[in-house]
Amino acid sequence: MAGTGLPGGGVAALAAAHPAPSVFGGSANVVAVLVLLLEFGMFRQALLRDQIRLYAAQSAAISVLAVIIAAARDVPQLYVLAALSAALKVVIVPVLMRRLLRGADGEIAGSGALGLASTVLLAIAVGAFGFFAVGTLGIAGVTLPRTALGLAMAVVLVAFVLMIVRRDVVSQAIGFFSLENGVSLAALVIAARMPLILAVAFLFDLLVAVIVFGVLIRVHHGRAESLSTAGLTRLRG
Amino acid sequence: MFIILLAVPPAAALACLKAPVRACQAVSIGAGLASFASVIALVPAAARHDLTVGRYLRADAVSVVFLLATSFLYAAVAAYSVGYFRGEEGSAGFARYARRFYAGLNVFAWSMLAAPLLSSLALLWIAVEVTTVISALLVAIEDTDRAVEAAWKYVLIASAGLGLALLATIFMYAAGAHVLGQSYDLGFTGLMRAGPRLPHTAVRLAFGLAVLGFGTKVGLFPVHTWLPDAHAEAPTPVSALLSGSLLAVSFYAILRYYQVSVTALGPRFPQAVLLAFGIASLLLAALYLFGQRNLKRLLAYSSVEHMGILAIGVSFGAPIALAGVLLHVLAHAAAKGNAFMGAGVLVRKYHTKRIAAVGGGLDLLPWSGPLLLVAVLALSAMPPFGIFRSEFQIVAGGFAASRNAAAAVLIVAVTVAFLGLSLSANRMLLAPGTGRLPRGEPSAWMVVPVLAGVAVLVLLGVHPPADLAALLARGAAELRGLA
Repeated sequence: MAGTGLPGGGVAALAAAHPAPSVFGGSANVVAVLVLLLEFGMFRQALLRDQIRLYAAQSAAISVLAVIIAAARDVPQLYVLAALSAALKVVIVPVLMRRLLRGADGEIAGSGALGLASTVLLAIAVGAFGFFAVGTLGIAGVTLPRTALGLAMAVVLVAFVLMIVRRDVVSQAIGFFSLENGVSLAALVIAARMPLILAVAFLFDLLVAVIVFGVLIRVHHGRAESLSTAGLTRLRG
Repeated sequence: MFIILLAVPPAAALACLKAPVRACQAVSIGAGLASFASVIALVPAAARHDLTVGRYLRADAVSVVFLLATSFLYAAVAAYSVGYFRGEEGSAGFARYARRFYAGLNVFAWSMLAAPLLSSLALLWIAVEVTTVISALLVAIEDTDRAVEAAWKYVLIASAGLGLALLATIFMYAAGAHVLGQSYDLGFTGLMRAGPRLPHTAVRLAFGLAVLGFGTKVGLFPVHTWLPDAHAEAPTPVSALLSGSLLAVSFYAILRYYQVSVTALGPRFPQAVLLAFGIASLLLAALYLFGQRNLKRLLAYSSVEHMGILAIGVSFGAPIALAGVLLHVLAHAAAKGNAFMGAGVLVRKYHTKRIAAVGGGLDLLPWSGPLLLVAVLALSAMPPFGIFRSEFQIVAGGFAASRNAAAAVLIVAVTVAFLGLSLSANRMLLAPGTGRLPRGEPSAWMVVPVLAGVAVLVLLGVHPPADLAALLARGAAELRGLA
């Protein structure tokens, strides 16, 4: 589709230098970019409810990617994995989180440790670092284009920024869950034909996270009457 | 033996959910002793060859060393907690609390016994994750504001660290997939056999992420921040297990990545990474030991110090240093278990964790006072205790490997740490007390396990049994990729 106006030889040279991505590679990259954009969206969201919604959308994107890979590369186990992770991350975790929010006084995410603009700038810098650093390493997956691995790394690092600058329990938990999404993305890129063992590993991680976060946030909420971590300053030194 | 180790603790945990508290206590002590006995039975065999059961269970000398540390503390702590709860039996909700506590204790011990028995890096990661979940719930079990705060920090920081460790697992998988094909079980023996052919960049990335990720749970600087909080706020028996055993199990995971990386990359890069983290942790902890006002935080920073020593010892790479590292794991488990159990007695006696509020411990506690002093001396590497021997070996290995500067830093930092620890111990035990508390021990149950720990420390320091020495030598050879 590129360069219909160019002479025939030019097109061939162009195509040789920059082979057009296949439909599969292109759609995979699009989904990976979406995941990263949604991660950035979480910074912008002040309402915790919307933040949870963004997390659900991000998880859905990951599941879609798993389905794309399953179909294109003929890895039937991935369908099961996609279904399970969709059930868990698109439905159960967000529902639990929302239930937790009900009755809490803090509907709005507490302002972060930094202002919004500086936070986003920091996240962009960190994300770009992850993207390009991994790009230079030359570790290629067998199933997905290399770009997606850099994007996965960027998601992980940006999730760290989210966890660090936010000062309420829900945002920190969401930050952690989206970090897991980044790891899942990396796993899909590198190890899509992974033995079931790796699939178990990252589903299991989420299950565990749900249990612990579920219990802890509840305990926390019950005691402190607020979801802010501003009061969690007794232990230091 | 594998079956006893993997089946008895969960069975004990199930029993504890229903049984009366006294039965829970008996069952837990029984499970602890059974585990310890079966690990000891594994020692002679593991000192000669690897043991494998099925595809996913495997124990070599390195795993058995870590199993010994965990199972010893499991038995000791199960006995100790009988005394720890003495006097609270009548209070409201105690039975429910104690059942949850004992069930959690047994599952926690089980997860830490399972981790060194698994042959695959992916399964190892799952086991370490399970230890995090259970221990976080145990940290929060007292349900005070401070305990919940500590548990929240612990979960968040440790889970994020384990997220990185999972990335490390994935990159290691990618490295192995180049050689071993797309579907293999990520077993580290296979990875080590394929070692020289693994792509360097991916292994390097995996090792760095593994040290950072699992290092979060080991308590390496700068990702140690959850550690003092969790250790200080958990019930004392759990603190002893966290410090003596949980940190070691996470270090075990790093050792497995180290083994693979050494065969793939040669020793230079992995040793440099461990040296950097080890020195930083050791220096930080040695300095923090001075400013501590809370008894259990003091001991927690001492754990950071000793984990730093382990990392430095591995980075030396000399056989004597590696044997010293494995011995250090055992001796640190016994010494730190003792120190926390002794600290628990002080806390029980004085009803405070503040160092400044405690005084005259030697007079008031005829057994636990001297025993805590012994534990502090043992932690500071005084002869004739095991840590003296292990640190001596590590330093000797440093000089043998011509790492003179690092060995010198190690000696200086350990001396500084000794000063910090002994100042506080002096304040609590030798300085005259102000209160008018009666002289006497809260419970004999809180003394007997500590005596056992002292016996182990002296045994390790004076004359390690021949089988154990063979086990440590083989473990050191395995770490160098020779066995």
